[in-house]
Amino acid sequence: MQRWPVLLFLAWVCFLFFAGIGLFMSGFLLTRIELASSSSCSDPLVPPPWERQSLPPGSCWAPQRFSKAVLVIIDALRFEFARFNTAKASPLPYENKLSVLHHLATSQPRHARLYRFRADPPTATMQRIKGLTTGSLPTFIDVGSNFATYAIQEDNLLAQLVQNGRRVVFMGDDTWEGLFPKKFFRSYFFPSFNVKDLHTVDDGILQHLYPTVDSGEWDVLIAHFLGVDHCGHKHGPDHPEMAKKLTQMNEMLRSLVDHLGNDTLLLVAGDHGMTETGDHGGDSEKEVNAALFVYSKTPLFGTGPPEEPEVVPQVNLVPTVALLLGVPIPYSNIGEVMAELFSGDGDAVSAALQQLSVYHINAKQVDRFLHSYSLVAQDLPAEQLQRLQELFSSAVEEHTRLLAQVQGATLVPLELESRLGSLIGRFQLYLREARALCTQSWARFHPLRMVGGCTLIAASCLLCYVASELAAASDSFYRSCLLYPLLWGLVVAVLLGLAHAFTQEGLDLLIVSSWAAAASQLGFFWHWWSRHPKRARLAGSQPPLASVGLRQRLRAWLGLAFPMGILLFRCGAMFSDSFVVAEARVAPFLLASLVMLLVGKLHWDGRLTAPEGPKQQLLGFSSYRREIWYLLCLVAMLLVCVRLSSFFHQCREEIPQCRPSLFLSPLASLRNTRAKNLFYLLCVALLAGLVYAVRSWLRHYGNLNSSDPLVLFVRWGFPLVVLCIACYWAVASSADDSLGKLQELVQVAVVAFPWAVYGLASVGLLLLLCNPMTVFAKDTRESAGSIVTPYLGVPSSEVDFLHVIPQIYKRMQESQKSRLERGSCKATVAAYGLGSVYSAALVIALTLLGFLLMLLHSERLSLAFLLLFLEAFMLLHIHTRAKGLAGDAEPFSVPWYAVISWLLAASQFFYSTGHQPIFPAIHWNAAFVGFHLDHSTNLLPAVLVGANTFASHILFAVGCPLLLLWPFVCEMPSSQKRKPKKEPREEPQEMEEHMMEMRLRESPEKFSAALLQLGLKYLFVLGTQLLACVCAAMILRRHLMVWKVFAPKFLFESLGFVVSSICLLLGISLVMRVDCAVSTWFSQLQLSSYTGKVEVMLESLLGSRAFFPSKNPRNRQVGSTHSPDSVASGPLRSSGPMPRVQPCVPPLAALVPPADLAGGCVVPSAREAAGQGSLRY
Amino acid sequence: MKEAEIRRLLAANLLCVFSIILTAVVPAFFWDGFTVLGTHLAWLCICSVCVSALNIILHLVLKTNLSPKRSSFAHKISRFLKCCIYFFMSCILFHAIIVLYGAPLIESVTETFLFAVLLSTFTTLQCLCMLGPNIQAWIRVFSKNGAMSIWESSLQITTMCSILGAWFGAFPIPLDWDRPWQVWPISCSLGATFGYMAGLVIAPLWIYWNRKQLTYKSR
Repeated sequence: MQRWPVLLFLAWVCFLFFAGIGLFMSGFLLTRIELASSSSCSDPLVPPPWERQSLPPGSCWAPQRFSKAVLVIIDALRFEFARFNTAKASPLPYENKLSVLHHLATSQPRHARLYRFRADPPTATMQRIKGLTTGSLPTFIDVGSNFATYAIQEDNLLAQLVQNGRRVVFMGDDTWEGLFPKKFFRSYFFPSFNVKDLHTVDDGILQHLYPTVDSGEWDVLIAHFLGVDHCGHKHGPDHPEMAKKLTQMNEMLRSLVDHLGNDTLLLVAGDHGMTETGDHGGDSEKEVNAALFVYSKTPLFGTGPPEEPEVVPQVNLVPTVALLLGVPIPYSNIGEVMAELFSGDGDAVSAALQQLSVYHINAKQVDRFLHSYSLVAQDLPAEQLQRLQELFSSAVEEHTRLLAQVQGATLVPLELESRLGSLIGRFQLYLREARALCTQSWARFHPLRMVGGCTLIAASCLLCYVASELAAASDSFYRSCLLYPLLWGLVVAVLLGLAHAFTQEGLDLLIVSSWAAAASQLGFFWHWWSRHPKRARLAGSQPPLASVGLRQRLRAWLGLAFPMGILLFRCGAMFSDSFVVAEARVAPFLLASLVMLLVGKLHWDGRLTAPEGPKQQLLGFSSYRREIWYLLCLVAMLLVCVRLSSFFHQCREEIPQCRPSLFLSPLASLRNTRAKNLFYLLCVALLAGLVYAVRSWLRHYGNLNSSDPLVLFVRWGFPLVVLCIACYWAVASSADDSLGKLQELVQVAVVAFPWAVYGLASVGLLLLLCNPMTVFAKDTRESAGSIVTPYLGVPSSEVDFLHVIPQIYKRMQESQKSRLERGSCKATVAAYGLGSVYSAALVIALTLLGFLLMLLHSERLSLAFLLLFLEAFMLLHIHTRAKGLAGDAEPFSVPWYAVISWLLAASQFFYSTGHQPIFPAIHWNAAFVGFHLDHSTNLLPAVLVGANTFASHILFAVGCPLLLLWPFVCEMPSSQKRKPKKEPREEPQEMEEHMMEMRLRESPEKFSAALLQLGLKYLFVLGTQLLACVCAAMILRRHLMVWKVFAPKFLFESLGFVVSSICLLLGISLVMRVDCAVSTWFSQLQLSSYTGKVEVMLESLLGSRAFFPSKNPRNRQVGSTHSPDSVASGPLRSSGPMPRVQPCVPPLAALVPPADLAGGCVVPSAREAAGQGSLRY
Repeated sequence: MKEAEIRRLLAANLLCVFSIILTAVVPAFFWDGFTVLGTHLAWLCICSVCVSALNIILHLVLKTNLSPKRSSFAHKISRFLKCCIYFFMSCILFHAIIVLYGAPLIESVTETFLFAVLLSTFTTLQCLCMLGPNIQAWIRVFSKNGAMSIWESSLQITTMCSILGAWFGAFPIPLDWDRPWQVWPISCSLGATFGYMAGLVIAPLWIYWNRKQLTYKSR
């Protein structure tokens, strides 16, 4: 069996896709060039000389109005939280809690005002802090760096404050530490990462806030509270905990106001809002709508507040605060000053003049920024810049003219006022248009890279298809389709590397790998094409065959249209934002259609009716095969699973009437104790049921008989894992304050139990890798007398006990045999579970992975996981049935519909495990399963959250080889039943049909080719979906919904592709590993037995049915020419679900598989099997 | 013989198409405010009733049933009752399948059920009329080369077209166009109706074009 070429081929194809994804991503995701320049006090854009003289000391650009400022950031302070509605009789938990703001705003209308503070998406905290300090717009990809805070390189408010000698004191969220390293005069950072922790940050701030304020050793104080945000994440806004938190904030603000002096400006701001579920990150109305409250003990505003609070874009805070505090506006700011804060106490004209001067400064700064930005980058459209430039210069001219007239006092106040008003309007227009321009065009794409990436992905898809069609395990195939293309790619990569080395340019790894990928693809197609004519010539030499070939090919194409049509619909759905939004319903719909179509097609082709003559058609249902009911039941159950799984969907904000599934929230959020307990018990019971089902499946196929460490692990480790998970759920879902003194113990347990599960699961996976054989061999040969023990070195009492029974059986068998048979060799080696050894390893791996992933999800999603396993099981059985009924000529190839339905199920369960391809829907909580405090690295939380998000992708990709193995595990009894009657000559084949997975070993070349083909088909279908996403993102890049729908979808899909392909490789390598182990097992067996005739026979349970040779005197003839070598690789005769190796004549009843099959495979009854034996003899 | 038969089929089918169009137009004269979209449920009922009545009459008149055995009155009654039970069961089955395909489970049960009735009218009723309550015959007709007369071929085509139409009718539901016909189950029932009508028109034409290949073996 060629293991490495297969893996290498798949890895190479994955690499091609990755290169395409990387190239496209580098061209698609937005980038904005950060300018390194910063503003300074002596910049030439200062106000006209006459005004400059009046600048008080310590002021830059504009007179300082406040010497001190307190900026209180309450994370996720939605506007509704801050608004006070006296008319509301029964407020929600988050309403009417910040009464102090209302009180100040009504009692001192010229001192305080509430604004709607409009955050720019993405509404993640780090992006908002960046926006709040630089006055610029963060770009899309910044979302990804939310967990790793990087220092801000651009000019920003804090840098300006520090540069101008202000003392900045910070307390709260430690995100700021990473963004502004060493900028603070004094700082009190608290960990922000654990969203379940509501109090650490807030209590820490409160401890330091008042002493610091009273000490007076500060000019600007920033306090960033996180409790409200964390409360939203943990409980949602509509929760009593939120009321507590907001009341706490209210008290804090009340006493803070009392501590403030007259020269201090107080700003209370939310950096973003939150959705109804407490999440944020997107751009829905509730997420971007935060609150801003301004207060000072000296009058701020010239007039009273407007009826409805004004809307202020978030970046506007930057120039306002900068000019109020008398520091330069940060260089890259595109915000507009909030002019009403500059009106002062004077009359209308002087107020307007004040406002005009700040607008002037602001406009000059923005103009300077736009000018220097357009020198560096060309992404701002030139003609619009030109227009803005004209707008600006005309306004400035008018400004100079007006100022001259004011100085000359040649204007009547009334006229002056109107002209001032119109000039302010022009500056405002300029600033707003400049901001709109930047917002619009900081979507800078690299069309060339995008097209290149798209082409690479498309070519890789084509390659997958072509290669899967001609996958064969011949050396020439690997040489021409793998080795040469790889060499081409390597040569190009080396050439590019050399070129870079000579030109001394920086080596862009992405470009090099894309060129290498393109070259190797070219190589592949070149060699494929040069092989092609040969085949055509071969076909041409037989003209009658060619015409038949054409018709057959046409028919094959039509047959292909059925599953591919569904795939086409799925891909087409990626191009419509509505369909992407509704994909949670589209995938199950298509899956159901695919399965129904499959059944319909089988019926249409007459595969479901028995092929008997027309006479029997009149006899009711009898002409329908019995299995058809079984198939229909499977389909019905599959449909029920599909429908039930839709109860676990998360909502997107695009569907306002959607209510998120109740099962998504953790049990801790349930207030009804009884319901909580019931759900808890249900989840634990289901978990136990899963373990029971897996164990009984394994037992049924005889994989639980051995005493290998792995089998022992399955027996004892699985229940232990379930126990740990159950304990963890119990501890995690208990109410926070109900345990009192036990709190510390609970803290330990919350960490310890997940670690126990992690540890146990990794032990299990390691055992699986070390010795994946779940085969129990029993040697009852006379010659050797000893028992073959492939599980060396486990001398436990259980093992000894297990060895006693075979001894007894041996004796019994010997005595019985000697009576019945004469002369021939009588020994057997019974190998239990050999027929399903590959599947058993995969099933064990999948179960372990399932446990891990369930641990990462909230408790009640284990129901969804159970459905997942059930549905996968149904799909496998339907596939097996359909394949058996269709009478496929090619047992080693997995048909397209199976692969497509497998992938449809994978994407269906992506949604049914409570995910959506949008950022707010990511389950960040998963990063804290087993971790109480902050993570030291970013890798671990990324892995945990990634595993949570792509749980179904992982499970389905690892389980993909089951599609190939399952039909062998459940051998097709239908063909056995019919064939003997009609075609007695086919009996030799008949025997082979009992070999289960050992049939794969019989032709190792075909096995490896089949695995390769399966992998390629899987990658093709995955790649086609990815290609559709990529094309949608590229074509619709100026679509209204691109950042809301298509770009996140593309990101999730490509990440899902990466995860799936890696897991697919892992799954296939696990099968290879098992194959290795089987080979060693056979060779060991070979060494211990005498070289001669060896036959593997599949045997069922260790129980009574195993040895009753006396009743069946019919023997099976065994080929006597098998060389020792052939034993390891091939001619193994077997029957029933478990193999047994025997040098000679097996007792026939041992052929009999059990009648009650947990796996649901219909097997012939004992009599029929016996009948076969008689026929054969 | 064959040509005449095809002509009869065409006439019957066109009559069906015409009657469906009438169900959309005529009630508006008697009932103020009747529209297919606005009072969809009423239209569903009217359409189902009209189509089934017309079909039964047509089959009685044209005698398309291949085995017109003389049978007793009691036998006829039991046959009729059986037909009713089959029809009702097919409604339930269609309802279940529609729900499994993603229709709301609890809300708008009436809509779903009436849609299932419409689908049954377009499919099961035709089978009942033509083949009687004989599942075995149904199974035969709906397999490759199973049709034994042009009527059965027509049955194949119209049934498949109706179901395909209903399937395609689900496609516009997620779109954000906010049209009145995107409401459940209007697009699906319209799709089924259009599919049925298309099937009625296509069937005679298809049979006419393929009349050389179509050799119905008699039993």
